[in-house]
Amino acid sequence: MRRVRWNAPLVVALTGLGLIALLGIVAPFLWEERATTLGGSARAHPSGAHWLGTDALGRDVLARTLVATRLTLEMTLAATALAAVAGSLLGTVVWVSGRRVREFGLRLIDVMISYPALILALVIATVLGTGPTASVLAIGLGGAPAFARLTANMAASVAQRDFVTQARLMGVPPSRLLARHLLPNISGPLLVLLSVAFANVLVALSGLSFLGVGVQSPDYDWGALLNSGLEALYTNPAEAIGPAVAITVTGVLAGFVGDGLATALDPRTGGAKARARRRPAVEVSARSHRAPADALVTVDNLVVALPDGTRLVDDVSLHVMPGEILGLVGESGSGKSLTAMSVARLLPEGLSAHAAELALDDLDLTGSAIDPRRLATEIGIVFQDPSASFNPALKVGGQLTETLRVHQGVRGGEARGRAVEALEQVRIENPARVVKQYPHELSGGMRQRAMIAAAILPGPRLIVADEPTTALDVTVQAEVLDLLKDINSTRGTSMLFISHDIGVIGTVCHRVVVMYAGRVVEELSAADLRAGRARHPYTKALLAASPRLQDADTDTGTDTATATGAGTDAVVERAPLATIPGRPPAPADRPAGCAFADRCPVVLDGLCGTERPPMADSVACHAVRQEVQPA
Amino acid sequence: MTTPPYKLAVEDLTVAFGHGRRARTVLHGVSTGVRAGQTLGLVGESGSGKSTIAKAIVGIHPVRTGRITLGGEDLTGLRGREPVAVRRRIQLVSQDPYASLNPRMTVGEAIAEAVDPVRADARKHAATVGRWLETVALDGSAAARYPHEFSGGQRQRIAVARALAVEPEVVIADEITSALDASVQAEVLNLLEELRRSLALTMVFISHDLAVVRHVSDEVAVLCQGEIVEQGPVRDVYRAPRHPYTRRLLASVPAFEQKPTPGKTPETTPETTPEKALGMKESAA
Repeated sequence: MRRVRWNAPLVVALTGLGLIALLGIVAPFLWEERATTLGGSARAHPSGAHWLGTDALGRDVLARTLVATRLTLEMTLAATALAAVAGSLLGTVVWVSGRRVREFGLRLIDVMISYPALILALVIATVLGTGPTASVLAIGLGGAPAFARLTANMAASVAQRDFVTQARLMGVPPSRLLARHLLPNISGPLLVLLSVAFANVLVALSGLSFLGVGVQSPDYDWGALLNSGLEALYTNPAEAIGPAVAITVTGVLAGFVGDGLATALDPRTGGAKARARRRPAVEVSARSHRAPADALVTVDNLVVALPDGTRLVDDVSLHVMPGEILGLVGESGSGKSLTAMSVARLLPEGLSAHAAELALDDLDLTGSAIDPRRLATEIGIVFQDPSASFNPALKVGGQLTETLRVHQGVRGGEARGRAVEALEQVRIENPARVVKQYPHELSGGMRQRAMIAAAILPGPRLIVADEPTTALDVTVQAEVLDLLKDINSTRGTSMLFISHDIGVIGTVCHRVVVMYAGRVVEELSAADLRAGRARHPYTKALLAASPRLQDADTDTGTDTATATGAGTDAVVERAPLATIPGRPPAPADRPAGCAFADRCPVVLDGLCGTERPPMADSVACHAVRQEVQPA
Repeated sequence: MTTPPYKLAVEDLTVAFGHGRRARTVLHGVSTGVRAGQTLGLVGESGSGKSTIAKAIVGIHPVRTGRITLGGEDLTGLRGREPVAVRRRIQLVSQDPYASLNPRMTVGEAIAEAVDPVRADARKHAATVGRWLETVALDGSAAARYPHEFSGGQRQRIAVARALAVEPEVVIADEITSALDASVQAEVLNLLEELRRSLALTMVFISHDLAVVRHVSDEVAVLCQGEIVEQGPVRDVYRAPRHPYTRRLLASVPAFEQKPTPGKTPETTPETTPEKALGMKESAA
């Protein structure tokens, strides 16, 4: 479970409310007599004997305010509890009931919420009469709809999650569904809501008493005291100040509890401060000059680090030649996207890129003073999710030509003409109509084509494609991959192509860089990858782990199926896929030696665990190196 | 050679969403089935209706017409009267390993709930929970931990263990490896294969990934826009696909191995098979 992160408002407010509650318990024992004793002068001004003066009957106002704490708190707690229990029961039960009950319940909540809570309470109070019990019922029931609406909304998001569906399929009865799955998962926000509701209920109850339809004499709460204080507001303001301050302080403290709880329960808070405090310097290894001089993109010893110095990308070097498609492949967390986003200068907030060299031709990508015009026009980007990369409120045409208009000064008709042309190039039918359409009017494949059109429009020298086909269907994927290859061959645009799918990478790229745990482990030609000539044990394992479309025996070209295909109706024994034991190390726990050592089938004792394998002959592996040139 | 009857059969199933003129039919008279101890692979692209079939079978989506039978017993008629007993006979494992486990329940409680949905007493069913965790190659100590302490692959194995703990007659796996990395996916696929052998598991395996479906299935049914266009033993369908859509699907997979040699299965490009239904996908909506 998440720990509660204590914060100042929460501590102050809980302490304050604790003191008030204590006061509520002890005050009647200590000052009851003083509060009810008649005598002295009526409506006396504050004095040493009566700090807040006396009321119309000569009773001490301070003592009465303190003694009223108990009744006020009792009523507030009871009414809050009533509102919370009635409201959240209604709000959650609708989500474990059948469709009809749910529809009816939700509409009922809608109708109830449309009446202001205080009006509802006044109606109920009028029906039930006056007195503390009636007030509690009125305010409690009046506050229930708000609780019902909020819990219904919160429960809705939980009720539609898979684990609730699973529980239903397992036959978990509705009451248990409620107690086990719904309530625990909304308890956090509910707690916050509860403390805020406490403040509201306090004000509403005081309001009822103040209006004279709540607590009646001889009982008194803060609202009733406020009522009697109002009569003498001009002659003795102190009489009204006592209860007013009490209501305000208690209400504000309850609100603070809500704020504090919200902060304490939010897992996203707390980290930011710790982050800002220290910012260790990231040391970058010296230039290694591995890239050819005519490379278009040069990345030399790139480090992408968290603010605390943890290296998510650790000394990555690669280059992209003009007209080349370089594939960057790895599993989630391998740092492939961060590497690519460093090149595009689109790292998420908080991450920093450091490198011995990070350049697109003569454009230095490490500096802060970089020409945004060159950056926008020389690098085109295609993201994974075509539905998230367009603004749904703007037409496709305007979004395609944004770079043209902003950075290249192309206007109006010409910009549209260029957009239509680009859409034609990405094989979209009827481009003149598409530019006038909104993104939601296009299919997923079309949107990704339009995204590619936007990327090629300014005539970039490099396209960074981050998992561009992962969200697409396989037939659409094939078409988009064809299109990218086509753009590469006709326009000569270089590409940095990121994918987790080794099949996609092998199909579309010329050269492939394999990443593991933030480091490059191997670099090989796509032809070698396709032929299975990987050398690093991780690349080999990755290839072996992927299920194949055809068996080895059926893709030889000879018709062996007649011999082996007879047993299709019996249970066929299938060879298990190769797996890699263990998990990749977290960036903070990356070992001193090879990051793959713990999972490696050919690990060398003493060497792999301690010494980081250098990139030699395109492979970073001690075992491979020893094999090539035995020590 | 006589083929055994289907354990779970879907006959002429039609599912539509909405009412009246706004109704949208997503399954058009689908008929398929899976034999005891075998795995049926359901493959298709997004919007083909493969998940809808799963949800109709377990009773989440109402069936408009057609029958779903389990061991010869009509489930469509039973719905409403004995839903709990029926539901427990078929279990669903879903795609997202982060949404399918309640974050506030320990793994032990989650599996105990599958054993006894009313009480869900992890302590009373500790032995059973331990056995199921062992079945999916997890340590017994996992029972005391919460889902967030596990990786995606481990969570998916827990989800499988929970489905098995119900001791259902059929397990429906809906894209259960789609959210996993290749090496983790291999682990889960190997586990399914092992369970199929040791427990004679009857399974419907739904995926958009043709290579994965081929790896786990005995028979495969290819769905396209709410209709099954081809069904048969996995070897036959993958080696000699008869329907042009199946051929196009297979040709689209970016894989390293040689595509089926020409003559045996003509390799088709999208341009040469202007498949009407699919051609529409790429024109403006």
